[in-house]
Amino acid sequence: MADHLANWFHPSLDWLAYTIAGAAGAALLLVVALMVAAVSMWLERKISARIQDRLGPTRVGGRYGWLQPLADGLKVLGKEDIIPAQADKLLFRAAPYLAYAAAFCTYMVLPFSGRWVALPLDSAVFMFLAVASLEVPAIILAGYASGSKYSLFGAMREAAQVVSYEIPLALCVVIPVMLAGTLSLSEIAEQQRGWLTSWLVFRNPFVCGAFFVFGICALAHTNRAPFDLPEAESELVAGFMTEYSGFRWVVFFMAEYAAMFAICGLGAILFLGGWNGPIPLTDLLGLRYDAGPLAGWLGDALGAINFIFKCFLGITCMIWMRWTLPRLRIDQVMSLCLKYCIPLATLMLAGCMLWQYAMPGGVVHTVGNAGHSHSPVAECTQHRPHAQRRLSNPLSGPGAPENSSLRQQPRLLLEATSVLLRGN
Amino acid sequence: MQPESVSATQIEYDVQTEQMLLSMGPQHPSTHGVLRLALRTDGEVVLAAMPHIGYLHRCAEKIGEKLTVRQFVPYTDRLDYLAAMNMNLGWALTVEKLLGIEVSEKTMHLRVLVCELDRIASHLVGTCALGLDLGSFTPFMWCFREREKILNLFEALCGARMLYNYVVPGGVMAEPPRGWLEQCRQFLDQFQPVIEDLHVVLTTNDVFIRRTAGIGVLSPQTAISYGCTGPVLRATGVCWDLRRHGEPIYTRMYDDYQFHIAAQTDGRYPQHGRQPPVPGSAVLGDSWHRFYVRLLEIGESAAVVRQAIDKYSRLKGAPSGPIPMRTKLPQAAAYLETEAPKGQLGFLIIGDGSAVPWRVRIRSPSFCNLSAVEEMCRGCLLADVPAIVGSLDIVLGEIDR
Repeated sequence: MADHLANWFHPSLDWLAYTIAGAAGAALLLVVALMVAAVSMWLERKISARIQDRLGPTRVGGRYGWLQPLADGLKVLGKEDIIPAQADKLLFRAAPYLAYAAAFCTYMVLPFSGRWVALPLDSAVFMFLAVASLEVPAIILAGYASGSKYSLFGAMREAAQVVSYEIPLALCVVIPVMLAGTLSLSEIAEQQRGWLTSWLVFRNPFVCGAFFVFGICALAHTNRAPFDLPEAESELVAGFMTEYSGFRWVVFFMAEYAAMFAICGLGAILFLGGWNGPIPLTDLLGLRYDAGPLAGWLGDALGAINFIFKCFLGITCMIWMRWTLPRLRIDQVMSLCLKYCIPLATLMLAGCMLWQYAMPGGVVHTVGNAGHSHSPVAECTQHRPHAQRRLSNPLSGPGAPENSSLRQQPRLLLEATSVLLRGN
Repeated sequence: MQPESVSATQIEYDVQTEQMLLSMGPQHPSTHGVLRLALRTDGEVVLAAMPHIGYLHRCAEKIGEKLTVRQFVPYTDRLDYLAAMNMNLGWALTVEKLLGIEVSEKTMHLRVLVCELDRIASHLVGTCALGLDLGSFTPFMWCFREREKILNLFEALCGARMLYNYVVPGGVMAEPPRGWLEQCRQFLDQFQPVIEDLHVVLTTNDVFIRRTAGIGVLSPQTAISYGCTGPVLRATGVCWDLRRHGEPIYTRMYDDYQFHIAAQTDGRYPQHGRQPPVPGSAVLGDSWHRFYVRLLEIGESAAVVRQAIDKYSRLKGAPSGPIPMRTKLPQAAAYLETEAPKGQLGFLIIGDGSAVPWRVRIRSPSFCNLSAVEEMCRGCLLADVPAIVGSLDIVLGEIDR
C-alpha cells in the first residue's frame, strides 16, 4: 500500500506516503482490536450468564444484547476520574495505555490471512513474545504507581507469575518454530496449508502435548482465571486495578481482551493451521492470487474468517474455564508452571525432535506416503516460489537446499532457543 | 563496619523485608459484610490477623430490654439475617421456657419444617460464598437460584422474604396457605441434583481441594476452647448437635426425626445418599471439612423437611398462634441454646414481673467462631485468609448484635 501511495507522490514526499500508509494500517488494526474486545466482552457476559443459569444482556441492541459492550463503555466514560492522592500521577496515568499498547502491538505481526498482515516480519514469533511481555511492566507500574497496598500486592504477584509462565510459554512456542523451520508467523501458517491433518497440532503427539501446555501458559499470560491472581477480587479487591476508575479502567479491561485474542491468534497460527480451514476450501475453489486479484482477495477473506473463528474458539474456552474453576494460589501457580509445565514442555521439545528424526513428515504423511521422499514442506513449496525463498532464509543459512531444511533442525533449534532465551 | 568485610551471606541474612499492616475490610468484597481484619503481613505471608468488629452494632440486646418479648421477634430476624427462622425459633423457645408454655405437636412439626428449610438456605449461602471467596462465581449463582426458591416459599408463608417474624413465642404467625406443602415437596425433588452439581464444581474440584484442604486447621480442643460450635465444631470431628444433645424443650421437636449428625466419627462421615469421598489431602478441621459438613447438612435437612411435611399433614387442627402482646414475664431467668445454622445460638432473658424483660443477652455463634480466626490465620498466605474466613460462614449482623 505504501508503495502504491509513493507512486502518486513526488519521490521527495516518500516519507509522507509511508506515514499515511502506516497511520491507515494502524487505524484499521485498532478498529479490529476494538471490535474484537467488544465482541469478546459480549461473549463473556453471555456465556457466563448461560453457565450460571441467567440470561445475560437482553436489552441494549435487541434480544441478544449486542450493544451491551458499547453501553458499558459509555457508562464507564461517565464515571468520575479519580487519581489517588498518594499515586505517582504520571505513571498512574501512563500505565493503562502502556498495557493496551503492548497488547495491541502484537496485532502488528499477527497474520489474519495470507497477505493480511500489517508487518510480515521474518522474526514475527520473537517480536510477538517480546512485545506481549511488555504488558507485565505496565501492570507492575500500575500497581506501584497507585500507592495502594492492594495494588502493590497485585503488581508483585504479576511479577512472580510472569517469571513462572514465560519460560514454558517460550518453550512451547519453539516447537512449531522448529517444525516449520522459520520464525515467520505467516510462513508457519502457510506450511499448514491443506487438510486438517497438516495442522501442526496433529503432526505428532508431542506437539499435541505442547499445545496443551501452551494453553495453560496462555491462560496465565492473559491473567485469566484460574490465574487471575494479580486482580484476585476476593483477596486483593481488584489487585493492580483497585484504584483505577473510568476510562483508564476500561483501557486495562480492553487490554485484557486484546491480549486474549492475540494469544489465541498465536496459538491458532502455531498449532491450529492459522487461517487454513480443516478443508482446503480456498485451494479447491482456486481462490489464489494466481487466479486473479479478486479470487486472491476472496481467499484471504475466507482465511481471515477462519482465523478469527479459531481465535474466538480459544477465547470461548478461556471464558468457559474462568467461570468454572476457582482461583489458584500464587505458590500453586508458580509450582504448576515451574515444576510441571517446564519439564513437560522440555519433554515435548525433546520428544518432538526425536520424532522428527524418525518420521520427518509427521505421522500422517510418513505413514500415508511411505513411498514418497517428499516432505510436506517440500510439497507445499513446489507451487509457491516465494515460500522457498523464505524457508531457506532466516536461520537455516542462505545456501541450504530446501529439502534439507528439516534436517537442519537441531542447529536451528539451538539458535531459536538461544534467541528466545536471550530475549526473555 | 567496612563494606569489604561484609560477606554475601551476611548481607542476605541482614536483609529483612518490611512488615506491612494490611486492613482487609470493612469495605472488602470477601469479608462477608463489614468485618475488618487487620493483617500483619510479610510479603504474602500473614503473620497475624486481628478481627475488628462493631461496624454493624445496633444495640439489639438493649432494644430487647425496652420491648415486650413479642415485639422483639423482628429484631431477632436481623441478627442472622440469612437464617431468620432459626433466630425466631431460638427466641420463641427461650420465652416459652421462661413462661413454661408448651406448643402443640402440629406447631412443632411446622417449626421444624421452616427451620430446616431455613438451614438449607443459610448453608447454601455459606457454601457458595466460600466458593466465591476462592474465585468460583458460578456455584454462587446456582446456590442463590435455589435459595431464591426457598425465599419464595417463605414469602408465600409469611409475606416476607428475609426477615420473617414468623416463629413467635406461643406458636407461629400463620398457617401455611393451601398447596404450600406440595410446593415444598416439589422444591426438594428438584433440589437433590443441585447438591450433586455442587459436589462436582466444588467438593471434588481439584483446584478447590488444593485451596481448602489443609488450610485453617482447627483441632477439636482448640475449637472447644474458643467456643466454636455448629459446622465449625463438627468439622473437627466432634459429634455435637443440639438438635440431639440440647435441652428437652428443643430436642423433643426432633425426637421423631431420622437424621445423621454430619460429623466424621471413627474416620468416616455418616453415609447419606451419594456423597464424594474425603480427599487424601484434607485434614480433619480444615476449610474443606467445614465446607463438606455444610453440604452434608443440607442433605440431612432436606430429609428432615420431607419427614416434617408428612408428619405435619398427618395431624389435624391448626398450629397454635402467638401469646398476647403484653404477656407478663415471671421474676425469673431463662437461658436456652438452639442449633442455628451457624452454631449454637443462646438467648438469656431475665424477667422482673413486667411485660418487658429486665435483661436480654445473646450468645452469638458467629462471634465465637470468628474468635478462632486469629489462631487459624497465623502463618497462612494472604490468599488463604478468604478461604478461612469464608469457611467459618460468619454473619456480621449476629456478631455485632
